[in-house]
Amino acid sequence: MTIIPPEELVPNDERFAFLTLARGRLRGQKLFAAGAIVLLIIIVMALLAPWITPYPQDAQGGVDPVNSLLAPNGQHWFGTDQVGRDVYTRVVFGARTSLFIVFSVLSLSVLIGVTLGVIAGYAGGWIRDVVMRVTDVFLAFPALLLSLALCIVLQPDLKTAILAITVTWWPWYTRLAAGVAASISGRAYMDAVRALGISPARAVFRHVLPNSLTPVIVQLSLDAGGIILTAAALSFLGLGAQEPTAEWGLMVAQGQDLFTTAYWVALFPGLAILVAAFAFNMLGEGMRTALDPRRGFTS
Amino acid sequence: MGRYLVRRLAQAALVVVGVVVLTFVIVRLLPGDPAAAYAGPRASPEDLARAREVLGLDKPVIVQLGMYMSGLVRGEWGTSLHTRLPVTHDLAIAFPASLELVGTALLFAVAIGIPMGLLAARFFGTPVDGGIRLGSMFVAAFPVFLLALILQNLFATKLGWFPVAGEYDSKLDATSPLHLYTNITIVDAFITGNWPIFLSTAHHLILPALVVAAYPIGVVTQMTRAAVSEESSLDHARLERALGFTPGQVLRRFSFRPSLNPILTLLALVFAYSLVNAFLVEAIFNWPGLGKYAVESIRSLDTAAVAGVTLIVALAYVLANLVVDIAQTFIDPRVRLS
Repeated sequence: MTIIPPEELVPNDERFAFLTLARGRLRGQKLFAAGAIVLLIIIVMALLAPWITPYPQDAQGGVDPVNSLLAPNGQHWFGTDQVGRDVYTRVVFGARTSLFIVFSVLSLSVLIGVTLGVIAGYAGGWIRDVVMRVTDVFLAFPALLLSLALCIVLQPDLKTAILAITVTWWPWYTRLAAGVAASISGRAYMDAVRALGISPARAVFRHVLPNSLTPVIVQLSLDAGGIILTAAALSFLGLGAQEPTAEWGLMVAQGQDLFTTAYWVALFPGLAILVAAFAFNMLGEGMRTALDPRRGFTS
Repeated sequence: MGRYLVRRLAQAALVVVGVVVLTFVIVRLLPGDPAAAYAGPRASPEDLARAREVLGLDKPVIVQLGMYMSGLVRGEWGTSLHTRLPVTHDLAIAFPASLELVGTALLFAVAIGIPMGLLAARFFGTPVDGGIRLGSMFVAAFPVFLLALILQNLFATKLGWFPVAGEYDSKLDATSPLHLYTNITIVDAFITGNWPIFLSTAHHLILPALVVAAYPIGVVTQMTRAAVSEESSLDHARLERALGFTPGQVLRRFSFRPSLNPILTLLALVFAYSLVNAFLVEAIFNWPGLGKYAVESIRSLDTAAVAGVTLIVALAYVLANLVVDIAQTFIDPRVRLS
């Protein structure tokens, strides 16, 4: 008798469900394309920041009081701030900070949230109940509030802000992954996996997890905009990144009292937050429409 | 129905207990020694030890948690370090002011978001729908503090159509003093017939409420659009159209009501989110709400006040969810039966 390796019992398209689905369905999604293009531009600008900005030294401490609060002009496209730093340079460098925050929060949240969720969803019973009640408690704290509280306990800086946002963000992924994992563990191929005596740990990570990823990936792109906004709000309140880091929320805060006389100090970093959050929203919405399981395979 | 209610209430109670425990942990982690603050700056080691005993800090953590919880139940939320008043007293003034702002914002969200969502669903897939969808994503992506700065400068400072900051014209306190019942200024002014303050508050409310409403308007539009258009793609809608109802009638009479459930659930979530989002708006418009109180408490490392703000917002969230879930059982018989 030949023994069929369990992997072969799992249909291939199930294991790579996300990629196959995505390739076919994202074609012709204008929203997704628009969001992706804008984000790509932001990412490229962030990566090339030191080479495409006229005054890269301004990203950190550079002080040039002679040129303080210049209105936008040929040398300083977005004008200069109170200490004479080029706002355009700092906005471009700010993209690095924002993308770093988004990337850190999302990867930590997914790591904690999806792992817990998949285990809870697969195991069911009291394990699921306990995990769900814990997420209920964390979800009852609005993200910004728990972040506020944590930022006073710990030293306010970029790392604290990342930690604080993560603490409030992971439960969403737990709930999402638990729901998907529960529905997967009821499918016929999972009966086969169990019948073959595969250990629960292997079953979860090898067979449940990969198939739970589609909704998680959609959620990731939908959440990224919210994370940018939350991080900006925290640093606007002085609880995130600290001077002289180029961070959009912090830059708006520093320019808010000058808004009537020197609007550019606050406006351009503020618009940068708007553009980045909007691009992530478009990307996420486009993905959600394209990958909506209820849409079936008609398009 | 009865069993559903009991289960739902038990679940809410469990979340509240969890929230209290989490707040206790955060408070314990806060910098500063509560005993030192209690005993005063010139306390001797003996005074400190006595303060520790009075505050129960010498007892095991679990006993302290028990004391903390029973204190909360008895309404002893501690004394604020920066106002020198009981935290419950401060919250009783600040929370209603925030509620006034966020409540108005949610009214805007419902009044603008639902018709927009219906319009998008009616013209699903057309440029009208595309425009509304893009617009709703755009306002939801707007950082509140930027919107607050822009609107404040444009409509208050430059054009002078609206007041720049504050809750109402403080000169009115002398000419037509307000009697407080609910502590929500606009409601108290309305029920006591104090029209000068009512109008002044309404005038002051519009700009900050619109700023707080931006995100809710965006997500309510998106949710209404998604829920109603999905409902319209079901068999019952096809039948209704076959019976000769116009697409507009199908939307209003048949597809809208079943879509209310997800919209209500969303509103509860958005309520709590906006309550905290309003913190930033309150700071810019100098609105005397929770946000201002929270920021001052954080600056002065006022543990009891921070814990109070955290608790009241979390409780408001739990309560809003509970109210929505119960309201749903009345709107949607499917929830009752499940």
